[in-house]
Amino acid sequence: MKSNLIIIGSFLAGIFCGMFGNEDVVGYCADAPMWLLYALIIQVGLNIGANGEIGAMLQDMKVSVFLLPLFTILGTLLFSAMASMLLKTWNVYDCMAIGSGFAYYSLSSLLIVQFKEAAIGLEMATQLGTIALLANIIREMLALFGAPFYASLFGKYAPVSVAGINSMDVCLPVISRCSGKSIVPVAIVHGIILEISVPLLISLFCKL
Amino acid sequence: MVMILCLLCIGIGIGYLCRRVYILRKLESTISYTIFIMLFIFGITIGADKNIINNIGNFGLQAVLLAVCGVLGSLFASYLAYRILSKKGDQNEK
Repeated sequence: MKSNLIIIGSFLAGIFCGMFGNEDVVGYCADAPMWLLYALIIQVGLNIGANGEIGAMLQDMKVSVFLLPLFTILGTLLFSAMASMLLKTWNVYDCMAIGSGFAYYSLSSLLIVQFKEAAIGLEMATQLGTIALLANIIREMLALFGAPFYASLFGKYAPVSVAGINSMDVCLPVISRCSGKSIVPVAIVHGIILEISVPLLISLFCKL
Repeated sequence: MVMILCLLCIGIGIGYLCRRVYILRKLESTISYTIFIMLFIFGITIGADKNIINNIGNFGLQAVLLAVCGVLGSLFASYLAYRILSKKGDQNEK
């Protein structure tokens, strides 16, 4: 809980600094997340390796591991389609395209703007892209902060599923803390399959 | 993605080989610090994006609705998956 508050705090502090900060500083920050992500992944790997139950983890890999991404995709799309009933501006496929981001905010928003521009014009496409960006950022935040809650109420797969593609990187530490280290292979396979599905599903729903 | 998988495998490999090094077993706190810094810098890039900040009220609600629906859908589906998959596991054990 304490670390969650620090996470929210550092995120909000970052937004504040970005709004009022010097533009040069902002420029330096463009590349930093990538290197930090690499540093994070190395540490996560070292941690998994050093606390070694790799053998046991690999034994846990069953065919059923590959079913979880399918459940995540179907559940997200179903509920995103239901959300379209509350949003007058966008149709059911627009909402499903946003849902298909699975918390991959950078790629999904860019793809949506690109694919939608021809059909609805640049302005509307940019709006949809911005909503996709925000929605998928919020999903990542919900996945980071809510993981303990999801794991205790909905079972060990829930934090993996909510994290979407981030189950293999940013959310991996918190997932392994809440659902146990044995979930790590499931989370990695889940992240990979969803990452492949993002461009495929978004291009599908943008063309419908 | 390939880069991330490679780094993860390299990390696991080194970690496994050096698992007697005490520091490597205590990486949880440095992992947390890395995440704090990542989100701080991520916040800076969002805060500096005038297009997002100016429209946050306009688009924010719709984004929250879609994000919450996506999360609820995943929770629902993963709960189903948990019930179905762990039941199968029990049967295999019997």
